[in-house]
Parts: sequence; structure tokens; C-alpha cells
Amino acid sequence: MTFPILSAIVGLPALGALLLLLVRDERNEALIRNAALVVSLLVFAETLLLAWQFNAASADFQFVERYAWIPAFGISYAVGVDGISLWLVVLTGFLTPIALLSSWESVHRKTRAFCMMVLLLESAMLGVFVSIDLFLFYVFWDAMLIPMYFLIGIWGYERRIYAAVKFILYTMAGSVLMLLAILGVAYLHSTTPGGYTFDLVRLYELSVPANLQFWFFLAFALAFAIKVPLFPFHTWLPDAHVEAPTAGSVILAGVLLKMGTYGLLRFAFPLFPIAAAYFAPYLAVLAVVGIVYGALVAMVQPDLKKLVAYSSVSHLGFVVLGIAAMNTQGVQGAVYQMLNHGVSTGGLFLIVGMLSDRRHTRLISEFGGLKNVMPRLVAAFLLVTLSSIGLPGLNGFVGEFLILLGAFAWSPRFAVIAATGVVLSATYMLWMFQRVNYGPVSNEKNAALPDLRPREWAQLVPIIVLAVLMGVLPNLFLRPMAPAVERMLDLVRTEAPSEIRAELR
Amino acid sequence: MNAGGLSAIVPMACVTAAALAAMAAEAFRARGERMPIGPLGLIGFIGAALSAALLWNRNQTSFGLVVADNFGLFTTGILVVVGVLSLAISEPTLDRERLPRGEYYALMLFASAGMMLMATASDLLLIFLALEILSLAVYVLTGLRRDSPVSIEAAFKYFLLGGFSSAFFLYGIAFTYGVTGTTRLDDIGTLIAARAMSPTLLQLAAVGLLLVGFAFKVSAVPFHMWAPDAYEGAPTAVTAFMSTGVKAAAFAAFVRVFLSAFEPLRDEWSMLIWGIAAATMIMGAVVGVAQTSVKRMLAYSSIAHGGYLLVAIVSANDVGKSAILFYLLTYAVTNIGAFGVVAVLEDAERPNDRIADYAGLWSTHPGLAILMTVFLLSLGGFPLFGGFIAKWYVFNAAVNAGYYWLAVIGVLTSVVSVFFYLRIVVMMYMTPSDNPARFPAVPRVAAAALIVSAILVVYLGILPSRILDLARASIATIF
Repeated sequence: MTFPILSAIVGLPALGALLLLLVRDERNEALIRNAALVVSLLVFAETLLLAWQFNAASADFQFVERYAWIPAFGISYAVGVDGISLWLVVLTGFLTPIALLSSWESVHRKTRAFCMMVLLLESAMLGVFVSIDLFLFYVFWDAMLIPMYFLIGIWGYERRIYAAVKFILYTMAGSVLMLLAILGVAYLHSTTPGGYTFDLVRLYELSVPANLQFWFFLAFALAFAIKVPLFPFHTWLPDAHVEAPTAGSVILAGVLLKMGTYGLLRFAFPLFPIAAAYFAPYLAVLAVVGIVYGALVAMVQPDLKKLVAYSSVSHLGFVVLGIAAMNTQGVQGAVYQMLNHGVSTGGLFLIVGMLSDRRHTRLISEFGGLKNVMPRLVAAFLLVTLSSIGLPGLNGFVGEFLILLGAFAWSPRFAVIAATGVVLSATYMLWMFQRVNYGPVSNEKNAALPDLRPREWAQLVPIIVLAVLMGVLPNLFLRPMAPAVERMLDLVRTEAPSEIRAELR
Repeated sequence: MNAGGLSAIVPMACVTAAALAAMAAEAFRARGERMPIGPLGLIGFIGAALSAALLWNRNQTSFGLVVADNFGLFTTGILVVVGVLSLAISEPTLDRERLPRGEYYALMLFASAGMMLMATASDLLLIFLALEILSLAVYVLTGLRRDSPVSIEAAFKYFLLGGFSSAFFLYGIAFTYGVTGTTRLDDIGTLIAARAMSPTLLQLAAVGLLLVGFAFKVSAVPFHMWAPDAYEGAPTAVTAFMSTGVKAAAFAAFVRVFLSAFEPLRDEWSMLIWGIAAATMIMGAVVGVAQTSVKRMLAYSSIAHGGYLLVAIVSANDVGKSAILFYLLTYAVTNIGAFGVVAVLEDAERPNDRIADYAGLWSTHPGLAILMTVFLLSLGGFPLFGGFIAKWYVFNAAVNAGYYWLAVIGVLTSVVSVFFYLRIVVMMYMTPSDNPARFPAVPRVAAAALIVSAILVVYLGILPSRILDLARASIATIF
């Protein structure tokens, strides 16, 4: 038997969290933090090993493990990765140590519980990305809410309780309906000779009647649209982002939001291809509205964190547009953009967190002329900003370009409107950057702020390296995902009726 | 008719014997002497559990009226769990309220025996008898705090409405007898099935009256009015006991009567229960949001959970029947745990029953806060906890039976209920307290019971397969 690397990846953070309980003295913060960091770094090493051993030529799920869990209903503990989920797993492994580092200076209350929550959250997120059993997926999907809820609610800013409760209720309201749809699909399969199963690979082969697809897809899409968040289901996001501690924001933006788009791509579209083809234009409309709306709202935000939060709405709109296009460029771009957004928005939240740690405010008007005070931090800020805007040579460009290409091939109208989002994002990001960093030092409180500390270097350098790497060598990341994307597209196309298939091509 | 041996009544006989022993111990107790009456009850429950395990798969019948089939035995097992955990969390309540120990334990054991009888009775009259045994004991338990007006009011309300519902139930039995000439469940089933296609008015009246009787006992809307008052007024350990035990016994009998005897009339009653289930879930969740007292909130939560159980009855398929068993077990463990934490935190001077009293509990009593979180998250149906698997199973039954809308109402109300469960979590973890409530020390037995409950909740959530299979096997023997 081969080494169960996926279980090791999913289990290690949770195990680490439990081990933290063994620390005798709860106030020994250094030990707790270092232990948590080591665990998360080990997990990252595991994910890199996973990427290393991954067979880029194969479209199938790899490293598959299957154990019966509730055999009476065909529920199994089944995990596996393909090209779509591989990089999301690596991204999760990459961002968690950075998130832990970002809390080093800012979290001093109940540090052990904090580290445990971050690690438990990591386990749940990794579980979501590697589950290939619908039931297991749902378990991780919902379990993930609990640590995030505590992270926002206990260690957040002023309106943290409101934000935490809103986050959890919004997400649950969407996901419980998905649970019913999952039950419906499994029941449908139980009426075939195959019997009960929640196994994704077997459910892919099930042909669901069109009228049921309609409802099931709606239930799945609602859950994912809330998570993405797609306009008009986005209102929980600014609250959660703004009130969460920096580590929470980084993970929220970097990984959690990807679960929605990942879910669309992995579950909603291939399981219900007819409904997907029917609803794709509607999703695209919402996506495009989100792109423009998010950008416009971001432009007028006085608060740095809120600005980045609304920029997420806009950027995630691109991802949904790419998925809705359902062609190679669009979907590849969408997956790539998920990674990009994780890297660059994660980076932005880190920098906002550093500013807010120094000044205890996030208002743009409180800053100005930081370039003269903290040249290194501002340099990093500039690079991350440019990567978020999508400057060629940095990661953001590749994703947005591919998505627009795919969207244009599908429906030029959407591509044209979405392209304005690119321009708008340059506007609000650069305007913000200018107000914060250029000009004279208008506020004397900013005059003596310390520049990057070693620990902050350690957070930003990996982000920037990755941003450049993904911008210069996109094929390194695109090549392993291509076969899986093609397979997914095949699943959607073969089952869709001919007239819709023609439109899809 | 096969009279059979006495083996089928051994489980409840064990508990009854323990109850009698408790009474005797109380009677012969010298003034001021402390007697280990609680452990007596424990012995009774262990005897019941062992005999139930030995009876498993044997389908014994006693007097032709009590059937120890697997369904009844599984319910007996649930009732043993309820009984043992309730005994363990009783100590702080008894001490604080200075309740008479012997009477308390004896009544609780008699009630348990009645519940076990109700779960295994196969004759309507015997079900009624069992119902009265348990109800009378529970009425008295509710009013055991004789110096407390709240407790007495609760007992009085409970007694009046309970008596009222018993009358309905009895009337239903009378009509059933009038229609079929028998009160035996199996005969009723075959007779009704053999009759003409369209049911007579008399049959419908019988079904309706019995339904009202059961709805009262499981506190389904609109017959739930007594529940919040009785739950709030009763000593907290009693609330834990009656909110789980009475429900388990009543649902077991409910399933027997409606899914075997009146199964042929399913077309007539299913829409009725559909409506009751929907109303119960909505009412429990929505009104629960408005509560400020933890006990009242948990009372409305119990009402809502009754609604989920009714969903399984409406579904009326095999999944639904075993879902009821699994749900009852999970709900019993979780709810006793939650009420147990409430009981432990009560203080003689200050009831500590406002949700606001829980502020900052995580800082002062981290262990209790974590236990309470486990129970609340399980009640809210979060994965990794038993409550999730139980709800999933119920909704699975509903989806399989095609009751999509009922399932939709169910999941949405469970989101609403998450809101009020989280209010306590918010208090415990996220709200610093200006006026920290002073909590008494936690007795060891109660702490152990709470920890065991929490472990069971997590076990049922992560490795439910064994118990699920047991529940599935339980329904195979009779239906």
C-alpha cells in the first residue's frame, strides 16, 4: 500500500491542533506559535511533495484513497486530487504559515486557541479540496465554518460578532439546500442498479433528468454563489473581511472564497450539465455585474480593508465568468485566477494588516507619503498592487487574459463589459496606492513608522516570488491542470443536448 | 394467542425493582442519613441494559401485550442512556433545591419503567397505561420544588393539559375499538387493511384523536403550549430527563401506532402530520430566537427537534423509521448534555438562566464552555457532531419519500435555530462579562456524565455507522 499522502495532508493540521493542547503553560506563546508554524510548514512541505509526485499528464483523480464510512448509504471517505484541485491544495498549504506569521504581533489573547483554530481551519479547507465523495465534501464544507466563526468572533475587530454570525448564517442558508440536492442526487443513483453512492466519480456518470437538474443546480449554485461571493449574495463578505483578524482575512480571501468557484467547477457544472448550460448566461450576467459593481464600490471605500474586500468581489466575478464560458481558455483562466487572487489579495491583506498594526487604523485618509517613511514596505505594496491589477509579467495578467479570451470566444458582450473591470481595477488600486504612499507625510503619526521587520519579510517575500513566478512561467502551473480541465469540459459537453453543445463550442 | 414467558418485561422490571428499592431506602432512612440511592437506580438501569442486550433478536412476547422486538429494545437502550445520564446530572440540582432524594429517584425510575413499557407495548390500552405511569411520575417531578411558585405552576399546567390529552388519547382508543373491535395493534392493522377502500368517518375520528394525544406528548405545534412553561419551571435535571425520555417513549409508540396499525390509512394522516411537522419546526425555531432564558430557549429547541422527528414519521419509509431511532438517541445524549451544563451552572442564589449570564464562561470555566459548545453545535446540526448525522438521516428519509418541501422547511428552520444556539456561543466566547456570574463548583459525577455525553455526541458524528446499522436492523423485525 502506498503512503496515504492526502490523508496525511488533511490530518496533520488537525493533529497538530490537538498536540497544542499538550502544551502545559497556556501563556508560553512563543512555544505555541512556533509549534503551530512548524506544523503548518510541514503541511506545506507535504503539499509540495504532492505537487512533485503529481502526474501532470493524467486527467484522473490521483493519490486516491477510499474507505467505507457509512456503507449502508454508500458514503465513503474518498479523497483524491486532479489538476484542478492540486494547486488549491498547495495554495492552502502556502498561505497558512503566512497567516500564522501575520498574527505574531497582533494576537496576544488566547494564543493557543487561535493557533488551534487556524490549524483546524486548514484541515477543513484541505478536506474540501480533496474530497471526492459528496457527503465528505459537505462535512468539510460545513465544518470549516466553525473555526472561521471563532476566528472572526473572538479575535476580530469592533463589529466582530455581527460579522461572525452573519458569515455563518449566510453560508449555512445556502449550503443546507445543497445538502438536500446532494441527498437527491444520491437517492436518484440508488434507484439505478448502482445503488446508493455519494462517490463523485460514479455520480458523474449518472444522467439526471433535466427538470431535476434544474433544481439541483440551483441549490448547488446558490451555496457556491454565496461563498464566492457572487453579486448580489456578497454582502457578508465586506463585513467578514473587515472584522476578521489579518490571518482570518488572508485565509478568507486566499482560500475560502475559492471554495465557491471550485465547487461550481467540480460539482455543479459536471453533475448537472444541462442545467449548467441553461444557467451559464445568468451566472455570467451576475459575474459581470459583480465585476463592475465590486470595482465601483471599491473605488469609494475610505477603509483599506473594505476596498480590498470589494476588489475580491470584482476579481471573483472574473473567475465565475471564466467558468461560465465553459471552454478551455476560460476554465484554465478561472483556475489560474483563483490561485492569483489567493496570492495577491492575500498579500494585500497582509500589508493592510501591517499598516493597521502600526497605526491601529485602516482609513486611507489617515495615511499618505508612506514611501518616504517605509520604502521597503511600500515597494512590496507596489508589487502586490500591480499583481492584483494584472500587470503583464505578474500573475494577475495571465488569469484575466485567459478568462477574457475564453469569454470572448463564448460571448463577446460579456468579455467587453468584463474588460472594463480591468481598467476600473487599475483605477481604484492605483488611486488608493497613490493616496496612501505618495505625496508628503501629511499625518505626523506616520513620520516614524518602522519599516519591514524580519518576520514581515518572511511573509511578503514568498508572496512576491510566487507572483513573479506565476507571471513569468504560467505553463508550470497550467500544464498539470490542462488534462483535468479538458476532462471536466468533456463531462459538461457530452451530456448537454446537441443545440446547447453547439453553443458551448 | 401466545402468552409467552416473562422475559420481555425484564428490562422494565429491573428498573421498577430499583424504584421500589429507592422508595424503601427512603422510608427506612434515618433523619439526616445520606443513602446512595442514585447508585441503586444505576444498578436498575444496568440490569435493564443487560437484559435488553440479551433479548436482542429474540422477539420475545409477554402476556401477548409486551413485545421485546428490536425496535422496542433499541428504544429501551435509548431510555437507559437517558436514565443514567439524568441520574448523573441530578446531584447538583438535588443539593441546591434540597429536593427529597428518595422520592426524586423513585419517581424518575418509575417514569423510566413507564417509558420502557410504552416503547414495547403492542396494545393501545397498554400504551395508554404506560403513558399514564410515566406522565404521573413526571407531573410530580415537575412540581417537586414545592416552595417554588414557578415549579408548581409548571406542574399544574403540565398536569391539566396532559390530562386533557390523555382524554383525547383514550377517546381515540374507544373509537378504534368501535371500528375494529380490538385494541391490539397488529389486529387493527390487518382489519383496517382488509376493509373497503375509502375510510369511514369513524376511522378518521379514531386516527385524529390518537394523533392529538400523541402530538400533545411530543409537544408538536399547536399542542406544544405546555412545554416551555413545564421545561422552565421543572428542576433542570428533570427537564433534561423529560425533554428526552418522554419524547423517546412517545415517538416509539407513535411509530408503532401510526406506521404499523394505521399504516393503511397513511393517505389520510400523512398530510395532517406534514402540516404539524412544518408548523412545529417553524414555530420552534422562530420563537426560540426570541428567548432570553436558556432553559426556555432549549425548550423551544426541543419543540423544533420534535418537528424533525415528525418529518421522519411523515416519510414513513424504512429510512425514516430507523432515522427516528438514531435521531432520538443523538438528541437524547445532546440535549441531556446541554441541560446538564445548565444544571451545573445554576446557583442557589442566582439561577444563572439568562443567556447573558453565560458571558465570559470560556475564561472562567473553559471546560464547561467547550462541552456546551459541542452540545449546541450538535443541536444546530453541524458536521462532526451527532446532530448532523441525525438531521441528514431524517432529511434523507424525506427526500427519498419525495417530501422535498418539508425537507426544505426543515433545513431552513435549522439554520434559523443555529442563530439562537450561536447566541450562547457568542456569550460564552466573545462577550466579556462586566458582572461575572458566580458559578458553583462542578461535582465529579456530573462532570463525568457531561464528558461522556460529549464523547458520545462526537462518536455519533464521526463514526455513526455501527449505531446506524443497529437502528436499521431494529426496524426490520416488526414492520
